[in-house]
Amino acid sequence: MKLDATVAVSARGVNATLSVPAGETLALLGPNGSGKSTVIEVLAGLVQPDDGRATLGNTALFAHEDGRMRLTEARRRGVALVTQDASLFPHLSVLDNVGFPARARGVTKARSRIVAHEWLERAGVGDLAERKPSSLSGGQARKVAVARALSSEPKLILLDEPFASLDVDAAVALRALLREVLVGRTAVLSTHDGLDAIDLASSVAVLDRGAVVEQGPTAATFERPRTAFTAAMAGLVWISGVWTSHALTLADGQSVYASGRGLAAGARAAVAIDPRTVKLVSGDTRSAVHDVVKTLEPRGDGTLRVRGSLLWADVSIAEAARALPHVDDPVSFAIASRPLAYAV
Amino acid sequence: MKRAILAVAASFALAGCSTTDAATTHRVTDATASTPAPEEAATVDVYAAASLTDVFTQIADEYMAEHPSIEIRLTFAGSADLAAQINEGAPADVFASANEKQMTVAGDHIDGESELFASNTLTIAVPAGNPGGVTDFASLANPNLAVVVCAPEVPCGAAAVKVEKALGVTLSPASELTNVTDVLGSVASGEADAGLVYVTDLARAKGVEGISFTGSEVANTSYPIAVMTTGDAADASRGFVDYVLGAHGQAALAAAGFARPGSVATDASAGK
Amino acid sequence: MARLPRWLILLAVIAAAFAVLPLAGLASRANWAELPDQLASPASRTALELSLRTAAAATGLCVVFGVPLGFALAALRGVTRAVLRAVLLAPLVLPPVVSGLGLLYAFGRKGLLGETLDAAGLPVAFTTAAVVLAQAFVAMPFMVVSVEASLAARDGRLEAIAATLGAGRSRILAAVTLPGIGVAVGMGAVLAFARSLGEFGATLTFAGSLEGVTRTAPLQIYLARESDPQAAVALGLVLVALAILIVAAAARPGRRVVQ
Repeated sequence: MKLDATVAVSARGVNATLSVPAGETLALLGPNGSGKSTVIEVLAGLVQPDDGRATLGNTALFAHEDGRMRLTEARRRGVALVTQDASLFPHLSVLDNVGFPARARGVTKARSRIVAHEWLERAGVGDLAERKPSSLSGGQARKVAVARALSSEPKLILLDEPFASLDVDAAVALRALLREVLVGRTAVLSTHDGLDAIDLASSVAVLDRGAVVEQGPTAATFERPRTAFTAAMAGLVWISGVWTSHALTLADGQSVYASGRGLAAGARAAVAIDPRTVKLVSGDTRSAVHDVVKTLEPRGDGTLRVRGSLLWADVSIAEAARALPHVDDPVSFAIASRPLAYAV
Repeated sequence: MKRAILAVAASFALAGCSTTDAATTHRVTDATASTPAPEEAATVDVYAAASLTDVFTQIADEYMAEHPSIEIRLTFAGSADLAAQINEGAPADVFASANEKQMTVAGDHIDGESELFASNTLTIAVPAGNPGGVTDFASLANPNLAVVVCAPEVPCGAAAVKVEKALGVTLSPASELTNVTDVLGSVASGEADAGLVYVTDLARAKGVEGISFTGSEVANTSYPIAVMTTGDAADASRGFVDYVLGAHGQAALAAAGFARPGSVATDASAGK
Repeated sequence: MARLPRWLILLAVIAAAFAVLPLAGLASRANWAELPDQLASPASRTALELSLRTAAAATGLCVVFGVPLGFALAALRGVTRAVLRAVLLAPLVLPPVVSGLGLLYAFGRKGLLGETLDAAGLPVAFTTAAVVLAQAFVAMPFMVVSVEASLAARDGRLEAIAATLGAGRSRILAAVTLPGIGVAVGMGAVLAFARSLGEFGATLTFAGSLEGVTRTAPLQIYLARESDPQAAVALGLVLVALAILIVAAAARPGRRVVQ
């Protein structure tokens, strides 16, 4: 089932448009507070939007018509949600939790338990069947929640930051499970980590302060981000300007040498650069981009990110110690290789 | 001059309302002779049976009008309740009980002697219009009627039991309450089809009619009054007791339908 | 206790003494040797049985009707909720005798509903049903408050998830919400039972007092206290023991409240 949605919740500052082809997984990527959970909760029917519309296959999930919102009951949407806290029913055993959707469909208790066992086995947590949710670890609970969501045979499955606060082993196990069960399912997975997108999603929608600034196939979006924000999420140094024969002309007139294929002169273009190839150099170097230091960010891994208004570079502490720049100092960045420019 | 008027008034009241009686033990005293003057201020706590509510309130008002420095405080409840309270140390100066049994219960605290000052008899009370169609005592046994009585443990209930035995009628009451005011209230509100109350109670509530029955004299109750040692105003208390036993008090009691002790009381609300 | 200021301890001791003294007073009047015989008397036994039966029935009514009312109240908002809440919880603070009068004028023979019921052959006044009604009337607010508070503490998330999994409203209520407030319903029931056992003023005013029909233990005590104080004390001590048991039972679920 294809999902097309425009979600608007003014109280939370969200107005996002996205679409997911049938059977594919979309990663909703954005930092904390960007509105990922809101979008997901609106799609699931937990939060009421004030505008927008969404359709899943032939079913309208919600629409703004005749001046008011028409909402389809959560019960009838065919949308299952896996929350960060798993939201398992505390008074039911794991087995009965997973069997709950079947019971809700009118299946007998005995049959629902068989179905539940199958899903638990598939999720690799069959041995947890008789346990109570309060005795499960975070990772176990989340797997059970995935099993429960899947057993409701949803047309769309939503996962809200499924890897948040999981230890490494639990995350690995969950990732393996999702890689397997999301095949052929329409799914939206929200995350603040681009690696999750790369691993599990065929397309990615980047959310910045409530709006989708970029949506596209994962690989292409990360290799050729069209916004500074996306580039930041992809961990790339990024700059845009106007293409002139063999350089990108920046707004302040500086040039960044790049190779461009099929780019028309005068077209808006950008380069996304591996940060390892950006260096701080002394001001005289030709082809360096001159900038001013805006912030200095220790990265916690022995590097310092020197961020200018145009570019940034990570320098080792040792290097920084030799010639430590200060905020508002002039700084020059040199790009080691010739990046590939592309239209934006 | 006052003496004469009092005597005439008393005799009118007594003659008009009561039938002849046997030996009486009550005293009719000259109210003026027993009033000491001038008096100290005092408060007299009078504990009186529920059935005496209206008449004692009236008597007390009259007494206080004549003795401005004396305050009479009245407490009304079921006699058994009052006796129990007195035994527990309640500071009663005067106790007026609805039967002699309860006075005996409080007997340890009597200052001097108790004296009978009135008598009362049971009657059937029905709501105005007699919706239950009650005719006499036997008709109360009809299981379809909601009859309310006092519980046997209290004076009015004990009297009811006596009457049942004497007349050979067994009642199945819907409720047995602890004082006659509650019974009266139940009848007056129409919740009960009939209740056994004192003749004197009929005048106390609106919307209630009385049906007298033969044989009620079996359960005549005599009301004793006494000064109690639990109180602290012996002189003033004695003054009030004398007043009740005297012409004024007796006149008021008679007007309310009480009889002299030992005689049969009649319905005071009926025409004379 | 060592860390509390001395004046606080003193006040607490006075309060405790105040609470215990009446109980001690009762116990001091008891003729312990005769106690079993007193309690075995027909009047006492009948009264106690009646009290337990009617209190159980009233508690049942409080569960069946009070729980839904708690739900309804929790679902309302704003002024409507505030007003309705104040009216429905009035029996909590109303003098029981006033409650009794109200019940009388509603269900008594000439009451709003009572007249119709009486004509239909279902008299309420002077029956055991009246006792149950009186108890239920004064006890229901305990259940309503307990349920309402418990519901207010829930954020509705589990219910919303249950809906996404295809559950209808009844199933959500039965499988998700009710188990979640189970402890609160239990507490409400315990309090309702306790209140029903102790009910006096409304019962006397509305239901009357007849052995085996409407004379519950408190009414029996009221009647016996003058003519047979020993019987009253004996029955009274039974009610004290029951009260202590009930309070102890109500305190236990507290440990499992954390969800």
